Amino acid sequence: MLVVLTVITIVAAGVLASVNAVTAPQIEKINEENLAAGIKAVMGSDDIQVSEPWEVDNFTAYDINDKDGNLLGKAVVTVENGFGGPLKVLVGFNVDGDILGYTVLEHAETPGLGAKAGEWFQDKIIGMNPGKNKFTVSKDGGEVDAITASTITSRAFLRAIQNAYDKIIIGLDVNSGASQQASASSMGKPEAIE
Amino acid sequence: MDYVLSLILIIIVAIFVNNVVLAQFLGICPFLGVSKKVDTASGMGMAVTAVLVVATIVTYLLQVYVLNAFGLEYLQTIAFILVIAALVQMIEIILKKTMPALYQALGVFLPLITTNCCILGVAILVIQKDYDLLEGIVYALSTGIGFLLAMVLFAGLREQLELSDVPKAFRGVPIALVTASLLAMAFMGFSGVDGGLKILFGL
Amino acid sequence: MINGIVKENPTFVLLLGMCPTLGTTSSAINGMSMGLATMCVLILSNLIIASIKKLIPDAVRIPSYIVVIASLVTVLQMVIKAYAPDIDKSLGLFIPLIVVNCIILGRAESFAAKNGPIASIFDGIGIGIGFTIALTCLGAVRELLGTGAIFGFTLWGENYGMLMFVLAPGAFLALGYLIVLFNKITKKA
Repeated sequence: MLVVLTVITIVAAGVLASVNAVTAPQIEKINEENLAAGIKAVMGSDDIQVSEPWEVDNFTAYDINDKDGNLLGKAVVTVENGFGGPLKVLVGFNVDGDILGYTVLEHAETPGLGAKAGEWFQDKIIGMNPGKNKFTVSKDGGEVDAITASTITSRAFLRAIQNAYDKIIIGLDVNSGASQQASASSMGKPEAIE
Repeated sequence: MDYVLSLILIIIVAIFVNNVVLAQFLGICPFLGVSKKVDTASGMGMAVTAVLVVATIVTYLLQVYVLNAFGLEYLQTIAFILVIAALVQMIEIILKKTMPALYQALGVFLPLITTNCCILGVAILVIQKDYDLLEGIVYALSTGIGFLLAMVLFAGLREQLELSDVPKAFRGVPIALVTASLLAMAFMGFSGVDGGLKILFGL
Repeated sequence: MINGIVKENPTFVLLLGMCPTLGTTSSAINGMSMGLATMCVLILSNLIIASIKKLIPDAVRIPSYIVVIASLVTVLQMVIKAYAPDIDKSLGLFIPLIVVNCIILGRAESFAAKNGPIASIFDGIGIGIGFTIALTCLGAVRELLGTGAIFGFTLWGENYGMLMFVLAPGAFLALGYLIVLFNKITKKA
């Protein structure tokens, strides 16, 4: 009887291996296409050349050039702790550090609340510059309206972009004491929801 | 020091914030099925905790030293479920031979555990979350404790329900689900605690 | 087939497969995807098990069934990842967990092991539709009450929201009340 079980297992493994051989390249292709489409979207242009990714700490950055090789800016993948888990954002900057666009790659925020981050900030932060604008929620004295009832998600989202700006565009060390203190004090106030 | 704090955070999150039953919906079948009495509920909870820890260790080693080593990641589901099924059988036999008293207490629940999705779920989550072995064990143990806690609380509520006059159409599972909903709502009070602790711990 | 949709509805009557039922029904479309995914595995596993049951010794019956089901689930998982990545994102962990859905092993043991391949396919379709309907209903109720939309179409104002229904407590509550409703209709009428 063990023979039968072994045969079944071997047949099953064989089938899986062949299906895997078909689907694995397709999965890779989809991931690459998604990233390429995401970068095009956040840079606001289709005619771009994307460099090989380079990594600094937790950030993954891409240098973006136009067709003729002129530097357009950078696209950065940045992660921050949101309300329900990591919040992963792809954000595009031009050479001056102005935000060209963003897209939320992964999140575990509350459905219907923090999960709105994908659309909510589109008409609010594009064109802003984390170095020049007060890039925090209005509750904390900043210029950005937080998502209704999702202040923690909004803070995390803005911090993710601020960190990307500081580390990749300016080259500051984001783990310095100043930003830690800022985030600690902003957590001090209790929230009704989220 | 940071590592110890991160382990503590894993424990608190797994028990309260992301409770396996009430927030992640894993292990609902035993949660509804064997929660009429506090003592059977706690027996089931302990059996699940024990299997969770052992299964996580074995599946972790299997993933790292066999599946990853030979590029067979796609066999994950099939390998894990077979290992879990075999493991549950083995634990049953060993308990029967060596610790008859404990077998009496937990044995009846063991066959039910193979199809308890929280075992397979946690084994896969430990790999997905990139935990190391110790973090994985701590996560499995605290998930088990979270399961035990939810089971015992729920069974306590259901024992009280036995004494109340429940409308006919609600008797049995529906009123249990409504009760579970209230319990889940209570546990929602913990949501966001992890974010605060992370800052408190400086992680 | 009708049997599986009403009399032996896996969700409302037999109360099987509760984890995906509660975990994936935050919207109608998610519930439906999960129901259809489970139905695919169920039909194929019923077919395969009914066809090879004579070759399998009784003692290794259950492990063999588990291997068949786990392989089907893995194939499904790969196909979804490759061709429908959005579904993969929204269902996440619950796709591999179809393996431990008691409905599938339960039907293999109680129906496919005793009947021919054709009958087993229809049993799979019936139970699968019953499960899909239940999950879609639950998802629709939760989405409608929680966000005011159904299948993504907003029915009433953007600002409406009883978010509890999209979150964990709402899953238990909505399912509880749906079962009450199902009992009222089927047992009285």
